[in-house]
Amino acid sequence: MSDPVLRCENITRIYRTGAVEVQALRGVTMRLDAGEMVVLLGASGSGKSTLLNILGALDTPTSGRVFFGDTELTRAPDRELTRFRREHVGFVFQFYNLMPALTARENVALVTEIAADPMRPEEALERVGLGHRLHHFPAELSGGEQQRVAIARAIAKRPELLLCDEPTGALDSATGVTVLEALTQVNSDLGTATAIITHNVGIQAIAHRVIHIADGRIARETINEVRIPPSEVTW
Amino acid sequence: MVSALDRKLLRDLLRLWAQVLAIAAVLACGVMVLVLGTGTRASLEASRAQYYDRQRFGDVFVTATRAPETLLPEIAAIEGVARISPRIVTQALLDLPGVTEPVSASVLSLPASGAAPVLNAPLLRAGRLPDPSHPEEVALYAPFAEARGLAPGARFFAVIEGQRRELVVTGHVLSPEYIYTIGPGAMMPDDALFGVLWLGHTAAAAATDMDGAFNSLSVSLSRGASEPGVIAALDHLLAPYGGTGAHGRADQVSHAFLQSELEQLGAMALILPPIFLTVSAFLVNMVLGRLIALERPQIGLLKAVGYTTRAIAAHYLKLALGIGLVGIVIGWVAGWYLGAAMTRMYTQFFRLPWLIYAPSSWPFAVSAVLALVTVATGAGRAVAGSVRLPPAVAMQPPAPPLFRRGWADAIGAGLGLRQTTMMILRSITRWPGRAAVTLFGVAASVAVLIASFFTYDAMELMVDEIFTKANRQNVTLMLAQPENDRAVADARALPGVIVAEGALSLPVRLHNGPRAELTTLTAHPAQVTLSRLIDDQGRAVSLPDHGLVLPEGLARKLALAPGDRVRVEGLSPPRETWEIPLAATIRQTLGQEAHIAAPALAALMRQAPQVNRINLRVDPAQMPALQAAVKATPAIAGLADLARTQEQFTATINENLAISTVIYSALGMLITMGVVYNAARIQLSERSHELASLRVLGFRRAEVGYVLVGELMVLTLAALPLGWAAGYGFAALVVQGFSTDVVALPLVVQRRTFGWASLIVAATALGAALLVRRRLDRIDIVQALKARD
Repeated sequence: MSDPVLRCENITRIYRTGAVEVQALRGVTMRLDAGEMVVLLGASGSGKSTLLNILGALDTPTSGRVFFGDTELTRAPDRELTRFRREHVGFVFQFYNLMPALTARENVALVTEIAADPMRPEEALERVGLGHRLHHFPAELSGGEQQRVAIARAIAKRPELLLCDEPTGALDSATGVTVLEALTQVNSDLGTATAIITHNVGIQAIAHRVIHIADGRIARETINEVRIPPSEVTW
Repeated sequence: MVSALDRKLLRDLLRLWAQVLAIAAVLACGVMVLVLGTGTRASLEASRAQYYDRQRFGDVFVTATRAPETLLPEIAAIEGVARISPRIVTQALLDLPGVTEPVSASVLSLPASGAAPVLNAPLLRAGRLPDPSHPEEVALYAPFAEARGLAPGARFFAVIEGQRRELVVTGHVLSPEYIYTIGPGAMMPDDALFGVLWLGHTAAAAATDMDGAFNSLSVSLSRGASEPGVIAALDHLLAPYGGTGAHGRADQVSHAFLQSELEQLGAMALILPPIFLTVSAFLVNMVLGRLIALERPQIGLLKAVGYTTRAIAAHYLKLALGIGLVGIVIGWVAGWYLGAAMTRMYTQFFRLPWLIYAPSSWPFAVSAVLALVTVATGAGRAVAGSVRLPPAVAMQPPAPPLFRRGWADAIGAGLGLRQTTMMILRSITRWPGRAAVTLFGVAASVAVLIASFFTYDAMELMVDEIFTKANRQNVTLMLAQPENDRAVADARALPGVIVAEGALSLPVRLHNGPRAELTTLTAHPAQVTLSRLIDDQGRAVSLPDHGLVLPEGLARKLALAPGDRVRVEGLSPPRETWEIPLAATIRQTLGQEAHIAAPALAALMRQAPQVNRINLRVDPAQMPALQAAVKATPAIAGLADLARTQEQFTATINENLAISTVIYSALGMLITMGVVYNAARIQLSERSHELASLRVLGFRRAEVGYVLVGELMVLTLAALPLGWAAGYGFAALVVQGFSTDVVALPLVVQRRTFGWASLIVAATALGAALLVRRRLDRIDIVQALKARD
């Protein structure tokens, strides 16, 4: 087993809204290794999005520690966390989060302009099969195409870590497959450690490892001896 | 019982308090200026009217050299004359204890009976009026007495008609003729250097050798009388006695100055409010449009449960009216308070015995109606568009904005702009209407500031023209009578005099057919070096050997063009009328006088050149010696010290401009604040998801802030040239609105004025945008992303 890119130890997260207290995570310990593709599987409200937000330094845990390599993120100031996201993490969200005012190429360029050693925006888009849609605005692209632009944007900086929150959640299965193909392709070509959050049981088959989350805890962990390609996934 | 919708309304107003206040403040400015301008004007007019009425201020005024009292019944019989009040007026030089500079005064006689005059009755403020049987007793113009510390009982010397005599003060008075008091030859009031003395009739008659005669007359008109008719009859009757031309209140110095100030207040109340009201209408439209967009699902729900379109439209309209009400209340209170303060400020310049601050109710009513119409108009389109949606459509989120390639792409590609900059440009092109509101608002701010600040430039130019280019003398001597050229030679012999040049100013009436204007004809000597004629470009104008030179404004009033012949009616002895060709017109910043070369006038008058004022360049170190010499020369009726005048002029202007600049800067900044703050809040509310996404992608706070602040600053910078043009036009309007026969502002806007206005507006816009950026910093990334998901 290679060195972990990211690991967390016993993290908890409690949300307080007025008098109501919700415990979203109840002591999660996990690791993500270089080149690995992990699926975090769980039902709605199981705490998997909270976990991903904490791993991506979008949120801070109530207790526990998160390490990126040897750097402890849980102790880092906001500026350090921004730098972490800027240099090391790519995000893919369910609703793409593209800038409506920028074309596909420009959405990717948005990130390459501030990255240290990025690939060209055109190259990133070609990797996800969108070399011919460079100058289209998000509103002119289908959902699957928009999500692939989001993936191109996430990988263009050559991140060590790719965090995907329900990347196929808003797509039909055929389109979803194209998105998953893009993700597995990037994972194998660039060796980017990839975590995919989903409630879709079918998707777990494409991962090296599956972490089952229920009620804010890791319920179990399975390793896929045999991975199947996204084209064979059904849901 | 407050309905559920009205509860929502109140809570919305409270929740949106910062935006509500920002719009209400702009609206309040319009309301305030309207209430302030018309209120102050109404108060001054009411105070003046009551004062005129109680003290019986005359309607027509005339002076003569010496008219017999036997003429009075004939004057009283003129059709339209109600009452007449003859008197003796002369000038005096005062010698006050411990005062080196010569102080001049007008001396007015009181009726022999000891009663108050029939017209222009002085109003006693302290002590008593002089006793007719005590020729040494005088009442003093109260501000002069206060400036010189001359309490009742005080004694001083005066040279009246060449006789030095000791006088004793019996009381202090104010007069409707002297609400604004300016000495002969002076450019502005100076209570320490010019006073008015009221003296018993017998003493005045004895001093001026006017027993059984008068040289000044005031007339009140009966209802419906024709003022021009009475003036013509008076001029006819008094012509043999050296009448200098009767005139109405419009040409009475004090009345004319106060009137011009009142007209300026009226102009302010007319020019400014539309700007503020228009900007607030756009702001209401912008903010309400956004609020309705955010509340689309709620509107759908309300409709689904059975609320009518009309009820929902009324709800949002009420919200707009709520903003309007806040603005009205702020505007009313500020207008009332500042109106009272401004009315008080006027007492510095206008000596009214009392001030009735009673603004009528109509400016309040009109401003409220205007404000409500403004917000309702602003709300109209935003409300109409959205409440018509069917419930099912309304409950869906609106379609995402569709962007297209346009000019922004050409610029972006050409300049290799970063994507965050492209986002700014595309947002502007995607919502041009909203960008236009920001652009228009910011430009309006710049215009308001330029229109306020340019008065400094105009004043500076005026000061430069008056004190540097036109008048290079530092002293002007006013002679009691016109004298021949020898007087200039005599003046040259006075202590400290380096250069002396004479001039002759005569009261004249210019005629062209039925048109006539009362003015002064000044004869300038050839080779003049001190008091020069200056055109609007600051160039010295040399007079032609023959013919008249008139300022353009005066020529226009008389419908005269160069080459036309002008009938010039001399109103002082020898009272001749000449036909003189108009040689040229000049554009003049200052003055509405007619000019002629001295030899030309002397030839017309068939006499040796005469002078009645002498301009001097004096060694400043010798001023006290000169002043002492002047005091001892009865032929000199007064001395104007131009250095002192300039000092006072500049100080007064600076003080007044400082106040108005602070007020207008605040108004201008409020517009920018209101526009940019609201635009930024709307941007933040619409784009929080997008901006949070940038944070997720690793953009720093400053970089994300750039997208928000950058767009507003790009619009602000783009608005500046527009504001410059609008400001110049606005300044031209101010010049037109504020210029009167008495004061003509030149239209000159210096580069630094454009610069300052731009700098203040840009800084305010940046401040407003950064205020909202702080909110951006506090945004919870996860929450912002969830808001959409």
